[in-house]
Amino acid sequence: MPGKLKAKIVAGRHLPVMDRASELTDAFVEVKFGNITFKTDVYPKSLNPQWNSEWFKFEVDDEDLQDEPLQITVLDHDTYSANDAIGKVYIDIDPLLCSEAASVISGWFPIYDTIHGIRGEINVLIKVELFNDLNRFRQSSCGVKFFCTTSIPRYYRAAMVHGFVEELVVNEDPEYQWIDRIRTPRASNEARQRLISLMSGELQRKIGLKVLEMGGNAVVGYLQCFDLEGESGLVVRAIGTACTLDKITSGGAPATAIANATTHMHPSTAPASNACNSPSKDGKEPVFGEDLPSSSGPLTPFRALPSNPFSPAPFSPPQASRQSSSSDTDLSLTPKTGMGSGGSAGKEAGPLKTLLRQQTQTALEQREFPFFTLTSFPPAFLLHVGGVVSARSVKLLDRIHNPDEPETRDAWWEEIRQEIKSHAKALGCHAVVGYSESTSICEEVCILSASGTAAILNPRYMREGCLDVASMDHRFEEPSPSNCGFCHIPYDEFNMPFPAQLTYCYLCRRQKVPDVLFTTIDLPSDAAVTGKGCLIQARLCRLKKRAQGEVNATAISNLLPFMEYELHTQLMNKLKLRSMNALFGLHIQISVGENMLLGLASATGVYLTALPTPGGIQIAGKTPGDMSNEHHMLTIQKRINDTIAKNKELYQITPPELTEEVVGSPIPEPRPRNRLFRSHSESSDELSELDLSHGKKDAFVLEIDDTDAVEDIHSLLTDAPPPTGFHSCNTEVMPGIYNWTSGIQMFTSVRVLRLSNANLTNQGLNKIFTDLCENLLKSLYFKLRSMIPCCICHLNFTVAVPEEELIQVAVTAVAMTFDKDQTQEKLADRPITKGCSETEEQLQFPLELCVDCPSASTQPPSKTSGVPISSAVSSRVSSLERSSPLTESRSRSLRSNRCSFGGSSVTVVKMTPLSFLPGTRVVKYLGIINMFFIRETTSLREEGGVSGFLHSFVAEVFAMVRAHVAALGGNAVVSYSMKECVLMENPNKNQAQCLINVSGDAVICVRELDQEPASSATSLGQACTSGMEGST
Amino acid sequence: MAVELDVFVGNTTIMDEEVYQLWLDGYTVNDAVKVRMEGGALDECEANADVLLSDTMDQYRTFQMCERLLHSPSKLANQLLFQIPPHRQAMLIERYYDFDDAFVREVLGKKLSKGTKKDLDDISAKTGVTLKSCRRQFDNFKRVFKVVEELKGPLVENIRQHFLLSDKLGRDYAAIVFFANNRFETGKRKLQYLTFQDFAYCAGQLIDHWTVGAVDNMVEDMDVDLDKEFLQELKELKILISDKDLLDQHKSLVCTALRGKTKAFPEMEANFKNLSRGLVNIAAKLTNTKDVRDFFIDLVEKFIEPCRSDRWTAADTRLYLTHYSNSAHILDTFKHQVVWDRYMGVIKSCIFKMYHD
Repeated sequence: MPGKLKAKIVAGRHLPVMDRASELTDAFVEVKFGNITFKTDVYPKSLNPQWNSEWFKFEVDDEDLQDEPLQITVLDHDTYSANDAIGKVYIDIDPLLCSEAASVISGWFPIYDTIHGIRGEINVLIKVELFNDLNRFRQSSCGVKFFCTTSIPRYYRAAMVHGFVEELVVNEDPEYQWIDRIRTPRASNEARQRLISLMSGELQRKIGLKVLEMGGNAVVGYLQCFDLEGESGLVVRAIGTACTLDKITSGGAPATAIANATTHMHPSTAPASNACNSPSKDGKEPVFGEDLPSSSGPLTPFRALPSNPFSPAPFSPPQASRQSSSSDTDLSLTPKTGMGSGGSAGKEAGPLKTLLRQQTQTALEQREFPFFTLTSFPPAFLLHVGGVVSARSVKLLDRIHNPDEPETRDAWWEEIRQEIKSHAKALGCHAVVGYSESTSICEEVCILSASGTAAILNPRYMREGCLDVASMDHRFEEPSPSNCGFCHIPYDEFNMPFPAQLTYCYLCRRQKVPDVLFTTIDLPSDAAVTGKGCLIQARLCRLKKRAQGEVNATAISNLLPFMEYELHTQLMNKLKLRSMNALFGLHIQISVGENMLLGLASATGVYLTALPTPGGIQIAGKTPGDMSNEHHMLTIQKRINDTIAKNKELYQITPPELTEEVVGSPIPEPRPRNRLFRSHSESSDELSELDLSHGKKDAFVLEIDDTDAVEDIHSLLTDAPPPTGFHSCNTEVMPGIYNWTSGIQMFTSVRVLRLSNANLTNQGLNKIFTDLCENLLKSLYFKLRSMIPCCICHLNFTVAVPEEELIQVAVTAVAMTFDKDQTQEKLADRPITKGCSETEEQLQFPLELCVDCPSASTQPPSKTSGVPISSAVSSRVSSLERSSPLTESRSRSLRSNRCSFGGSSVTVVKMTPLSFLPGTRVVKYLGIINMFFIRETTSLREEGGVSGFLHSFVAEVFAMVRAHVAALGGNAVVSYSMKECVLMENPNKNQAQCLINVSGDAVICVRELDQEPASSATSLGQACTSGMEGST
Repeated sequence: MAVELDVFVGNTTIMDEEVYQLWLDGYTVNDAVKVRMEGGALDECEANADVLLSDTMDQYRTFQMCERLLHSPSKLANQLLFQIPPHRQAMLIERYYDFDDAFVREVLGKKLSKGTKKDLDDISAKTGVTLKSCRRQFDNFKRVFKVVEELKGPLVENIRQHFLLSDKLGRDYAAIVFFANNRFETGKRKLQYLTFQDFAYCAGQLIDHWTVGAVDNMVEDMDVDLDKEFLQELKELKILISDKDLLDQHKSLVCTALRGKTKAFPEMEANFKNLSRGLVNIAAKLTNTKDVRDFFIDLVEKFIEPCRSDRWTAADTRLYLTHYSNSAHILDTFKHQVVWDRYMGVIKSCIFKMYHD
């Protein structure tokens, strides 16, 4: 099915001087798509050529339109010798294939050369005409929308969430082909860039096909990664969540009204369900607590450890890497599917709920992998959260023989996913949310990792024809008035998959909650939090013997469980030290190098009001008789207590006093807290033995038995809190801060440390690594000090061991200013004042409620809006009908206005790793940005060394992303991330090479206050300029 | 343990004005860190020396990358590499093209050539401005000179439009270009007491009244070259001193007007002929390029120094020159009123400006 691609080359500017004699350039342009090439005339002797070419037309299959980029090459004409290339622009035309995204690409693009960087700019105009109805054919998947955003994008509502989609394509890496020996580095880099661009196009098309098969129209939480496997090839893989998204019309006012109305409805519906629930609670409490098995090991819902295919002796015998399979894992973890219908669930909510749960389960079980890459959800989507599930496996890479059948790689991931699925089942959950996959490669060894959060979801989103049960669901999935439902345990408390302390929920006092909760998702917007959150990191280095092949793989896989264990212990200790009880956005990265493994876990700690107050940390010595030791112990204990007290104040954690209320069952006194033993011979027998020997009852016990342990405790205490005026988190937004102002600053920072000392110990390495991270954070705070008060959000670190003795840490995050004075007041009426982005998010689901179930509209309308719901709904529907012409004309007027402000032709483009920009609302998604660049230099010293080289490269990448977004008519990138930053250097040869892969969603956003489409063209300008000022 | 690489790149380019100034002033990274530490930067945000070093290095790199763009400031607004808000762009440009008065005073009127550039280390040692900063300032002068050399239209406007500078800085650069083009002598010991601003003011007067541009505003170099015809006409003024009757008549008119108005009257009367000869001779000689170069030194030697040795106050000088210039209009036989006014107007303002300690 053909389409027509049209391109016009308008002009160039700031071109480099290509002719030394005249100090000018005779430039012309080649425009290539697929195998067809057009050329412009030569524009002689100018650095600012005006080609103003005709329209070059390419008549091509839409399959090619999806796969291929448009390739624009600027050259200098030379009469006597070969023409010199100035540089190239690759333009992904995918956004033009979707009717709801951009309609034209027009603007200045940096001309990029992999050796020289940006060399001038070129103005290009591109259009696509598709001839046929998009949905009639299945070869291509034009029209499927892609979003990097890991939540339902603003201004869409999820009619249905279909589930997990994945695909991978493999190829030989051009860098390792024989031809690479005879071609120039430039040709090799360009071949690589082009190949990856092609592969991503193909991947996206294939995923799109799967989505269409499932009946969806969009992929949300699209995560694409490259594995540079060196000799064995190049893998491009992607995962995402297929959805059917409906567009919500632009009228802001009625939407908000409904959102408010439904928000207010919840409390009024709650008592009914409470009433029918409460009798079943009686008599449960005494049973609880006595029954608990004696605890040992990490005591949270954290399932990675026992199930790793390369787990150490206590769990399963080590095996050769290639044979690692999921079969043994499955044996060790008996699937517990029937759990929902059996014990506790029945007691909790009665037979009706059980029935619902079974329905959900069957709906989900039909899917191969009930995984969701989303990290935040419409309200009521997430019912219960079990905990983090993760799996890792170590593989030996071998050459990919047949690129058309990437079966080995597929099988590897299949294994891992199966394992994740079974972990989730063991936690009594039927789904995994906040799911992500990653790899770490060193030579021929590859660690595959996957992690997510086991959860129970609202079945409504999973089923076709959900209308009939909608009202029923609504009644029963709102059991608690305070939105604490997601904290309640999904598993059977008498048959717990791991030892944990359960208490009654501190909010509803009706159901059980764990003492700590680890998750990979964002904090649900309606969750009740006490105080503020903060970034918590666990860092770990482990030395490893240099080895080859299977020996190496085995060594690594033997180390992995210990690393996970230690990272987990660190996280737990740091969480306690901050007096918090839950982690969100947990991301654990384990990176492999030749002689070491690096582990970095980042998460945002919060105090969930629904969970019990964490006990302190108690120090215990092994040799009680030693007096000097005793004294030492006391000092440490004092320091720990002081730190905890200080942190409580710092993060404003003032847990509400326990009032024995009449509703629900009495809350049991906090039982003996978890005990965790620090000991270096981690065999399970010793652990349980130790467990009996200490009697500290209500605190978390840290055992000091050797100097290592002392050092560990010291390192716990050296983590400096952010300076006054700063907050940091690795989630979308900071729990406890709701009044963002418009100042934002997105940044990327990279540090590489060279370890000079050859014989380092694990402890020494840990110290170095921790200092590296801490110093990086300190530098960030200092850099951004002009933005105080501000919060650094989405602070995600990526670690790598690029070479022996090198540690690389890269971070991309955004600093956002907020209004300090209002913090306290705004807490009260949070759902309304939290910013439109928040309101809109809430709106997705309640809106559906209103339309789908008429019974809901009998609820009293919202106090704040005063608009009767029925009328609001009807106005919504009518505005939906005329929405598309309006938005079209608006985007056009945006484009024309765009060039006139500021006296400069450059559009201000904001970038953020979050899914929203504070103070603005997204009015249009223009398509996904997914770019891959290579930069190489043979004059490293001249470019300011490796720092200078990378600095300009990162700046260039930003510039190219901004230019593409501006050319699509956008003014911001949301959900931006730097997926890959691979730096290779050889200072002796004065050479370096770097690969960067970035992605995000191009959007148009307008300032929040402007509601009328007519005025948004000007308001965009205001939004831009004001935002710009705000961010300085 | 060595930090091999350390970069920070913001979507909006972060630039600290204080560090920018240190960079412009030619401080090395380590010196800049020292200055910042002494300035209390460590108290902010719990920073330490490493943090400061890292930040300073990073900023220096950014500035170095921007420097290329600053050489043609209009590019800064259109480039895509750095996202810099417009008011920050203006700050960057203005500061980059700003200069030290001590430095400019040394090169004012000198040929902006390689030869002068070689002397920069001497100038650096003398003025205390770092060599790096001297080079930047010198290159700025040269760059502006080269660009406006080939442009038509008013000098100040051309400079402002091409380099996006403020009015004040644009005028200063016009003065520098004007002085460099005409090679005015400013380095003599007798002229040392004059500041750059004194000269810049005089340059402004000369540009406004004595150049080709003062009469025709669309010729090349109109504001840089003095009006040749006018300089020729100045020769006619000689009659004021060569014709004895005219000289006496002029003196008596001036003395009548001044009598009783100042304590310095006796000296004025006694020196009238000397001073008048001095000023008219300066006018008559301006056709020679050599004498144009000596214009300021002549003004000082022939007029300012004699007056100062007689202890005239600034007000005395003002009074004297006003009457001196006005009285010429009453002389019946003196026919060159227009040229006289054009000449004396500038001379008066220059001397007013230059008459200080």
